[in-house]
Amino acid sequence: MSEQAISPLPTRPPFWRDVRILAILGQVAFVLIIAVVAGMLYANVTSGMQRLGIVGGFDFMNQTAGFDIGVRPIPYSPSDTYWRAFRVGVINTLLVSILGIVLATLLGLLIGIAQLSSNWLVARLAQSYVVIFRHVPVLVQLFFWYQAVFLRLPRIQNAIELPGPIYLSNKGLIMVGLTATPSTSWWFGFIFIGVLGAVMIWYWLKRRQERTGQQAPRFLISLLVVATTTIIGWLVLATPPLELSIPERRGLNYRGGFELTPEYAALLVGLVIYTAAFIAEIVRAGIQGVAKGQKEAARALGLSASQSLRLVILPQALRIIIPPTTSQYLNLAKNSSLAIAIGYPDLFSVSRTIMNQTAQTVPMIGLIMFSYLIISLITSLFMNLYNRSVRLVER
Amino acid sequence: MASVSEIITRPRERVHAVKWIKNNLFSSWFNTLLTVLSSALMYTILSQLFIWIFTIANWRVIAVNLRLFMVGTYPLEQIWRLWLCVAIGTTLLGLSWGIWPHVVSRVAMVYGTALLLLALAPFGVTTRIWLAGCGALVFVGMLVGRRIPDAGRWVALTWLVFLPLMLILMRGFGTFLPVVQTRQWGGLQLTLVLAITGIALSFPLGVLLAIGRRSPLPAISLCCTLYIELIRAVPLITVLFMFQIMLPLFIPGGESFDRIVRAIVAFTLFTAAYIAENVRGGLQAIPRGQFEAARALGLNPFLTMSFIILPQALRIVIPANVGQFISLFKDTSLVVIAALLDLLGIGRSVLAQSEFLGLQTEVLLFVAAVYWIFTFSMSHVSKRLEQTIGGGNR
Repeated sequence: MSEQAISPLPTRPPFWRDVRILAILGQVAFVLIIAVVAGMLYANVTSGMQRLGIVGGFDFMNQTAGFDIGVRPIPYSPSDTYWRAFRVGVINTLLVSILGIVLATLLGLLIGIAQLSSNWLVARLAQSYVVIFRHVPVLVQLFFWYQAVFLRLPRIQNAIELPGPIYLSNKGLIMVGLTATPSTSWWFGFIFIGVLGAVMIWYWLKRRQERTGQQAPRFLISLLVVATTTIIGWLVLATPPLELSIPERRGLNYRGGFELTPEYAALLVGLVIYTAAFIAEIVRAGIQGVAKGQKEAARALGLSASQSLRLVILPQALRIIIPPTTSQYLNLAKNSSLAIAIGYPDLFSVSRTIMNQTAQTVPMIGLIMFSYLIISLITSLFMNLYNRSVRLVER
Repeated sequence: MASVSEIITRPRERVHAVKWIKNNLFSSWFNTLLTVLSSALMYTILSQLFIWIFTIANWRVIAVNLRLFMVGTYPLEQIWRLWLCVAIGTTLLGLSWGIWPHVVSRVAMVYGTALLLLALAPFGVTTRIWLAGCGALVFVGMLVGRRIPDAGRWVALTWLVFLPLMLILMRGFGTFLPVVQTRQWGGLQLTLVLAITGIALSFPLGVLLAIGRRSPLPAISLCCTLYIELIRAVPLITVLFMFQIMLPLFIPGGESFDRIVRAIVAFTLFTAAYIAENVRGGLQAIPRGQFEAARALGLNPFLTMSFIILPQALRIVIPANVGQFISLFKDTSLVVIAALLDLLGIGRSVLAQSEFLGLQTEVLLFVAAVYWIFTFSMSHVSKRLEQTIGGGNR
């Protein structure tokens, strides 16, 4: 053996071959390149904006908007500022996203379980639903619901009358609504106290069961507590906290009642049906992902079919189901931006109008991205908290 | 070891039809109720649909505008170039069928047969010849592919070469192939171009981003993470819109960029972030021992990545990535909002003609069906691929 093979490695390689130094140099170069590119883009944007005579900043948002918005969950008129208009857009996005998420979860759960039904026909129907709606672009579906369904309903003079009464026409859906009275907020206070009490009792009963083994119908008792405080609140308050508002026809329009515009209805139906197909697949995979032995063991312990589903299968399936469902929720919220295609004034669509009027593209794009970022972050936060609560507890 | 034929398979239970119906449809009163309700539902939907399709619907709008739906305003005398692309594509499909029968057999068979059947429909003579030829090429390709089962690598490479070739053929150059401006592209052709180039470009970028995010160098990993998370938090439409409206602001002379190129850049940058997350999952699934073994063999980080880690990681994430490509295919419909005339865009412009007012249902159902055929076959192939690579090899 030669001398060199045994001798220890040289203390340090020359710096151009030293991995540690190369790593630092590489990173510095990388950051420099990104900084230079970003700087060039920034310079271009500012010079481009100067060329077009656009002043930066968000001052323009305090100007009068001057355009009307069809769906106004909060009071708004064209003489309000752009900020107000933007806020209307954000609330409209939230309105469709939150209701959409709730409905898509329910429908998705139902279809996901139906896909595994022991009834051959039901399983096939649910599978066809998933196969059809998952593979067609959501934009095509939105156009379909809007143009081929909701706008094709009869005119308001011969609106379809469903029991309720619910009136369906090409002006949208009008049904019995509830209007708030001065005592409504007090009543919500009662309900809040009821929920708080129910949660406390639920935990107390759970602790008692863990300590002593004494069982009690926890869910039923909690529900009873909420119901009791709600009813007490209704009776105690001087005026009833909610009043029914029944739609009445006045010429070519309806007065009162709760109204859904065709745009909102189409967006909601389209998003719910599309997202539910994905959630159904996730639910199916989650339930199938639970080891078969778990179900058999549950049956062997003498649990009934519903008990084994509720107490053994679902808690384990939830762990598989929640992370992908979270991203479906985020997708639904992001897809709600397609509202612009069917004229529902959501966050993106209102911002687009503001952009057209003020030519302030750059700050508006920043604002839009920031808003969606916040919505996504809040959704993920809630879902991660929930995920933590169902996570496998390891010792 | 026992060969496959020696393993005794579970005896197939012979089920009597009546017994099967009783077990699967009427096993309890609840099941019976479900069966009755769902048959009623199915009967209503199907009967209404059939009545509508065959008696009420006015399919003339599709028949008259079929060429628009397929190729937009691509000049008629140059259309052979598109047919040539289709012919190359079907040949490759046939070859793939012969070489990987488990993965593509059903899709290839259905496509080939459909093309042959369409050749019987009352189109023009040239169209029918092209259709029949393309359909036949699928089966010819299959027969050839069976003879050369080891050529898998070459066929895969040809698929890759086919993509730029296709774009060159469509656009044209020089005197022999007169240039067809991209604004004349449209319909299904544009949808496919957007989807295929988007897929081909976003995949390598996504892999790079994933490796960057896992990099031990903090500056690189931070930049990649920021990019991925920011893009994933915003809707595609904002990215698309940004590139349509803001490119001229960012780059002097950006107005001259082709609108289709802008859309492709937006799709690529958007999808790459999602691909990166999928690939990162695959990278995380590779046990540390693989890195250490490669290191012990004296491979440098680059060689370790390209020859040891990526081949294993990418294989794991094929299904997730195909899923992402399917959504990219569906998302190409969003270019309608940027006023490009893809399949859906053509549908919308046909509906704007006074002649075809009020035929929304027919047009949108047709468009939906075309999208469905492609996305469904992609997801079918992906499922087959998953089954093929899922068993063994590990």
